[in-house]
Amino acid sequence: MFKYIKHIIKSFTLFELLQGLGVTGKYFFKRKITIQYPEQKTPMSPRFRGHHALRRYPNGQERCIACKLCEAVCPALAIDIESEERADGTRRTTKYEIDFFKCIYCGFCEEACPVDAIVETHIFEYHFENREGTVISKEALLAFGDKHETEIAKRKAADAPYK
Amino acid sequence: MMESLATFLNGYLPEGVTTLIVIMIKIVAILLPLILAVAYTTFAERKIIGYMQVRMGPNRVGPKGWLQPIADTLKLMFKEIISPTKASTIVFFVAPMLALAPALAAWVVIPFWDGGVLADVNAGLLLILAITSLDVFGIILAGWASNSKYAILSSLRVGAQMVSYEIAMGFALVGVLMAAGSLNLSDIVRAQDGGIQNWFAWPLFGLLLVYFISGVAETNRAPFDVAEGESEIVAGFHVEYSGMAFALFFLAEYASMILISTLTALLFLGGWLSPFGDLLNDVPVLGFILGDGFHWLFIKSFFFLFCYLWFRATFPRYRYDQIMRLGWKILIPVTLVWIFGEGVAIALGWKPWL
Repeated sequence: MFKYIKHIIKSFTLFELLQGLGVTGKYFFKRKITIQYPEQKTPMSPRFRGHHALRRYPNGQERCIACKLCEAVCPALAIDIESEERADGTRRTTKYEIDFFKCIYCGFCEEACPVDAIVETHIFEYHFENREGTVISKEALLAFGDKHETEIAKRKAADAPYK
Repeated sequence: MMESLATFLNGYLPEGVTTLIVIMIKIVAILLPLILAVAYTTFAERKIIGYMQVRMGPNRVGPKGWLQPIADTLKLMFKEIISPTKASTIVFFVAPMLALAPALAAWVVIPFWDGGVLADVNAGLLLILAITSLDVFGIILAGWASNSKYAILSSLRVGAQMVSYEIAMGFALVGVLMAAGSLNLSDIVRAQDGGIQNWFAWPLFGLLLVYFISGVAETNRAPFDVAEGESEIVAGFHVEYSGMAFALFFLAEYASMILISTLTALLFLGGWLSPFGDLLNDVPVLGFILGDGFHWLFIKSFFFLFCYLWFRATFPRYRYDQIMRLGWKILIPVTLVWIFGEGVAIALGWKPWL
């Protein structure tokens, strides 16, 4: 009986509804957590996995030795490599292509690489305007690596103690 | 100003034409700000609900997003209006107008300040009740003419809901007219003269709650918006509408929201009257700001409009049978009991009830 009266009083004073309004009313004045994307950005881990790049040694020699470990580990079969023996006896790639539509950005290729040649950079703001341009060639990957080498090296160094 | 214009025009035109022109100008003077208010209510809704969800809401178009409603309107105007193949074309296009017309027509008897009313009708409250009841026609016809199962289901829901809540709303108004002793809206406001303690909100608090709750249900807003239960009937009676035809429904909904907020302010919170009464009238600048005037009506209506959006950000949607239960088994008995008590008090001449 007492419980019933309590229930009646609670419903007719709109107690629970007012409580709910109080919660939303409180949040109305809270600081907004929206990130205004193009102007503001969230902090990024040095391990961020974005656009791929092929790196070179400081002397200009390309790092990749065509061991094909990345091609083997790639779960999406996105990497396609062909190799040859050069005149100086080294083994190098003639073709190193990544299909960006297949790639799932898992970062296994970067982990598998024994010479830190293939890396995933911090660049994620890129797009394709037709379906033909999604397979990125070796030249483009190397050029991309050259362009962002300082940033890549910095991030690799930052992550090195945890590897 | 209007009088001088009328006398000026009378020199050249027959009297009937002059009256028509003056009334037309007054109509435009009411409707243009109203439509602008509707546009910015949509903006306020998105902003306020965004803020309550710890978001920012639209802030890209124009400074702080202030041009967002203009951009929305432009988009809607340039969109194609598609009518379904087997729709009843004429009714399909007449329905949005039928929904909008009553929402705008009811403004004819709203007093914005003392004497600031287009038609000072004696039975203003009755006219409002009659005209707002016509809202439901546009919605039912829209649902029927769309030849879509979702639309017809939704319009049936709306029809039943609006008819039920009409009764609770009417009874709440009966309480107000018993207290004021008049059906004229200006007289009802004048009966609350003399400061905040004389407002009908205090002796008729229960009726204020009932009136506003039924008002929310009447305009099919959350938490009573079963008309557009997304999960079960897509978007309700306006699923098949696009472009400007859809915008008319939108306009009608928001215009009735503003109407209900303004009416609540007029009937229970003393409309244009200042909460301080005549206390501060002799103070030079402050007296003008804190004295009676349109700004008080604006602030009071804005409060109720804010409540509309606040409810939408807070409450989950009622189940259909719960809506019917609330309307028939709670709100109507509450109003009846309240009116009975009020009648007894009036018969015995108790002071707060007059």
